[in-house]
Amino acid sequence: MKCFIMLKLHHIMAALAACLLPGLAAAQEAVSLDERINGIFADYTGWYVGFIFAPFPGTDFSWIALWLVVGAVVFTVYFGAIQFSGFVHSIRLVKGDYSDPNDAGEVSHFQALTTALSGTVGLGNIAGVAVAVSIGGAGATFWMIVAGLFGMATKFTECTLGVKYRNEYPDGSVSGGPMYYMVKGFKERGLPLGGAMAVVFSIFTILGALGGGNMFQANQAHAQISTVVGDYPGWITGVVLALLTFAVIAGGLKSIARVTEKIVPFMGIFYVLVSLLILLINYDQILWAFGQIIEGAFTGLGVVGGFTGALIQGFRRAAFSNEAGIGSAAIAHAAVRTKEPVTEGYVALLEPFIDTVVICTMTALVIVISGVLAQDSATGLYIWNAELGRITTAGDVSGVALTSAAYATAFSWFPVLLMVAVVLFAFSTMISWSYYGLKAWTYLFGEGAVKELIFKIIFCLFIVIGAAASLGPVIDFSDAMLFSMAIVNIIALYCLMPIVKRELHSYRRRLRSGEIVKQPK
Amino acid sequence: MEKTTFIVGLDGSETGARALAFAMDRAAAIGDCAIVICYVIEWSPFTFQTAEENRERHKRREAEIAMAHERVLNPALTMTRAEGFDIEGIVRHGDAADILDALARERGAKQIIVGRIGARGLKSRLFGGVAGRLAATASVPITIIP
Repeated sequence: MKCFIMLKLHHIMAALAACLLPGLAAAQEAVSLDERINGIFADYTGWYVGFIFAPFPGTDFSWIALWLVVGAVVFTVYFGAIQFSGFVHSIRLVKGDYSDPNDAGEVSHFQALTTALSGTVGLGNIAGVAVAVSIGGAGATFWMIVAGLFGMATKFTECTLGVKYRNEYPDGSVSGGPMYYMVKGFKERGLPLGGAMAVVFSIFTILGALGGGNMFQANQAHAQISTVVGDYPGWITGVVLALLTFAVIAGGLKSIARVTEKIVPFMGIFYVLVSLLILLINYDQILWAFGQIIEGAFTGLGVVGGFTGALIQGFRRAAFSNEAGIGSAAIAHAAVRTKEPVTEGYVALLEPFIDTVVICTMTALVIVISGVLAQDSATGLYIWNAELGRITTAGDVSGVALTSAAYATAFSWFPVLLMVAVVLFAFSTMISWSYYGLKAWTYLFGEGAVKELIFKIIFCLFIVIGAAASLGPVIDFSDAMLFSMAIVNIIALYCLMPIVKRELHSYRRRLRSGEIVKQPK
Repeated sequence: MEKTTFIVGLDGSETGARALAFAMDRAAAIGDCAIVICYVIEWSPFTFQTAEENRERHKRREAEIAMAHERVLNPALTMTRAEGFDIEGIVRHGDAADILDALARERGAKQIIVGRIGARGLKSRLFGGVAGRLAATASVPITIIP
């Protein structure tokens, strides 16, 4: 399997290099270049995407969505609905109520949470939600919220393990993530195949970094810029973004990354405020919108696949947005030097809540209320566009362009602001994922300047491809790669969850006994 | 009888040095005194960081502490000890006013001595300096050196 994937990847790279180089030299062939990339992309990745999203035998429910949901439900039950019972404690930890003053100056829980959120809040919340509701209808939102709530338990599990089994180096820096808990945790429990799983996970992480963490971002950044300034070839956006990213990750222009990381949270806050404002203006429609969401969740309101169509889209986009079970958050959270790994799990469970339950729901409500999804006024059902495989929308758009159109119904200036936000979100997610991908790459091939440079060049090449390809093949490939990470990661989480439970029990016992106390202010 | 303890806020500036000189003068007059000099590295747990910054944070923290000892505290400790005073140097991360006050309570200090304008002149003038905030909130008497 591993060799087959690598062989396929090699073919893709060779074919892309063959068509990219002459294409880039001749701008007049740009349109045909986009089409060529699309064709090659669909041909070479379609088989794998088909496998990942194949229905569970005897049903029309994709087995991978089931895999994630079953995992999240198992963790929820196993840890006694930690996302609800531990929610208040999580907030207290983020506020620093339990932080030892002697640790001041180390990475705080708040910083770890916001850094991880910067990697997840972004296009998934803007473009992903639009994709979900344009295919699955308003009902997809309901399943997205459900998936977000259950996903909190998954995030708790993986981030606790990420901190517990990270590597600390003599120079004080740390590396952690699923690769490390697979090897060290499996060894501790006397389980076989930890090393092999770490290798497979690393391969998928590299591909996930190139897919969801890269091509999808570039693709949607280009889509939004085109919406505002007019259509032009995607590869131009791709080359600009690739050069900027290369300057940061290979050229050491870290100040660009720092500035981006500091603007992105404010962009996120502003996005939420604008969404709230639109909802406030249309307060009389909020109840109706929730009615649509709940009715659509169980009937589909005319979308293909009905109930399951809404459900699958909701689950897919939730996983893509909050990354619960994917394993990426475990890499991001491992940097915290807490003495109690379980506290980082508590903090991490807030991520799917903020990302999916709050922000994605706001986007969905605005899209539903704005009326950009075409509905038959007589039946109330959505008007399905069979050719495009989604609901007919205003301007026949999907993804970020649909969100943009929805917000523009309230504020005409919003698309310009969204363009800036999308490009920044895309850029910051790309930087985050280049870090995750690089961690997996060096785990496989070892540290070394030349080896790292090879990965960085491949990463930047895929930005160009992502910006030039059409949404369909890119979004499917992005999903397929992220879900592949989840296959391996969730198996590891099942094997290691007794260790997390032991940690949780010990922590709660000491909390009750007063051994762990709130710090006086 | 317990020693009289003074907390002195140092930040490497000239007024900080004057605050220490004042503390030494008072200690000499009183007799059995302990001086605790504290350098606070301004830090907040509620800032936004990149993944890279988080990864390097522990190393950076260690380097910041070492540099504060080397550049600010050690020269002051050497000079003060040479004159026969009982003195201790502490480096902490956080908000300077909060840290100095917490330290005063922790050590049962009689007073806190700080310079009026520290090394971050303009920012202090705009947002209220450490001395101003201590004067408003400190739980022990405070002396502000011009």
